[in-house]
Amino acid sequence: MDRSALRDAPWVVAAGIIVMFAAPLILNFYTLTLLVIYGMLALSLGLIWGFGGILCFGQAAFYGLGAYAYAISAANIGESTVPMLLAIAIPFVFAFLLGAMMFYGRLTDVYMGVITLVVTLIFFRFMNTTAGPEYQIGQARLGGYNGIPGYQTLNVPGDASAYIWDESLYYTCFVILLVVYVLVRLLLASPFGRIAVAIRENENRVELMGYDARLRKSVLFAIGGGIAGLAGALYASWAEIVTPGLFSLGQSAEIIIWCIVGGLGTLVGPVLGAAVLGYLKFALGQQTAVDNVLVMGLILVVVVLVLPRGVVPSLISAFRHSSRRREPGGRRRRGPRGVRADG
Amino acid sequence: MADVVLETRNLTMRFGGVTAVDNVNFKLRRGELRCLIGPNGAGKTTFFRCLTGILKPTHGEVFIDDVETTGWDPQYVARMGIGIKTQVPSVMDGLSVRENIWLSAYRLSGAREADRIAAEVIERLGLGDIARSTVGRLAHGERQRVELGIVVAARPWLVLLDEPAAGMTGEEVERMVDIIHEINRDAALIIVEHDMQFIRSIAAQITVFSQGAVLMEDTVEAVMSDQRVRDVYLGKRG
Repeated sequence: MDRSALRDAPWVVAAGIIVMFAAPLILNFYTLTLLVIYGMLALSLGLIWGFGGILCFGQAAFYGLGAYAYAISAANIGESTVPMLLAIAIPFVFAFLLGAMMFYGRLTDVYMGVITLVVTLIFFRFMNTTAGPEYQIGQARLGGYNGIPGYQTLNVPGDASAYIWDESLYYTCFVILLVVYVLVRLLLASPFGRIAVAIRENENRVELMGYDARLRKSVLFAIGGGIAGLAGALYASWAEIVTPGLFSLGQSAEIIIWCIVGGLGTLVGPVLGAAVLGYLKFALGQQTAVDNVLVMGLILVVVVLVLPRGVVPSLISAFRHSSRRREPGGRRRRGPRGVRADG
Repeated sequence: MADVVLETRNLTMRFGGVTAVDNVNFKLRRGELRCLIGPNGAGKTTFFRCLTGILKPTHGEVFIDDVETTGWDPQYVARMGIGIKTQVPSVMDGLSVRENIWLSAYRLSGAREADRIAAEVIERLGLGDIARSTVGRLAHGERQRVELGIVVAARPWLVLLDEPAAGMTGEEVERMVDIIHEINRDAALIIVEHDMQFIRSIAAQITVFSQGAVLMEDTVEAVMSDQRVRDVYLGKRG
């Protein structure tokens, strides 16, 4: 375990707790909950893309799969604990199999992007065609483009009547996000995480060291899928309906934009990118003067041109640069540090 | 363990109509230090890549410690205890020097032992001053040493080095010679090189490649004085 890679994690968690309590002073719980869920979804891609170097255009597939797995199992079981676990496990297993197929097939970035995108679109098309009565799993009808409504939403484990909603759902989602963040930081500081970063840096060298890079990439991809599935389950509980739109092209593209704008190579960057852009989309959706897709596109273009590494890594660099200049005599610290699981 | 630790039988590698390695039969004995030399395009690096699994040979077999490894992926070749250094420094640019070496040691040793091995290798290769530096920001010679550190940290019994002294300063080359002799105490080595001065200083047995085939195998002195080798290097025809 590389403890130095965890130096700033307590500060990030402390800042997160402050934001958790301060944010409701500005926005309502309903909107905030969605932004937190988006943050978790972005974190899942930020992990596999930013630290594993795996560009996945289809993170929405795992998100949607998690949401549908939750909705179908909750409709059948009538309690949310097992459905939550299934919503993590099913995308995890699916992502592992998909990842293993791609990585053992030695597919490179572009082809991986195409395959993950195609898988997402297959889900989208398929779920849209499930309106007929034959598409029923237990008591849950898939419902085609109308989706699945009316299932059991999140409850206190073991007590199906103790619903977690509104304010308590917001705090629950935020705490889960913080826990996932800490777990991912621990993972990245562990030898597995450092090898994952090494694979991103030079996969051939890692294999020449004798590591099975393909297996490790498959596992990392699966972990990202599991986190996206968890975000999907929380979304299903928040929205109280799941529809094929979760698998849409727009949803897939948005996750990538959140990560690019927030900044890859950090975990906080994608989360903040998702929260800020998610809110912007929400705010823009309430007016008709400007098309919000245009505004999103403009933001992406400006960030890519002005801050190509994304907002958070640029801020971290600027902060480190200024703190070095503030040292006595403006001396530089000896030797730059290696890439860390910053933020 | 067998006396012959590495052997190729009729090893051939073709790229379309070009035969880069042509029916090469080669043997390396335990503890031996062997240099592969030859002019550009002689097939040394292609031969090296077939040994390491980076390339899958078109024909022929590779045996490492009596186990046929023909067509194996590099990771499985490496797991046999083979250290491989490629022509262009292959390192993890975004990680620190220490992490690069530590990760190599960790695969076999576990975290605590890897800490000790990494510290020892860093000391041995004179990388202490830059141990915390990001490898991507280092000079070429330093990167070469980092890659060598990665190789050494895995405690290999057979080491394959492709142009270890390329792009190094005179002082760095001298240090590299010492390091190679030190590695050779515990491991057999194959070194692909075309710097004759460097080869003379490590005083290895030599295999000369020409047009994908083995031209001759002998000592440095015999190779240096052979007219065929001179012709090959100077490009004499007929």
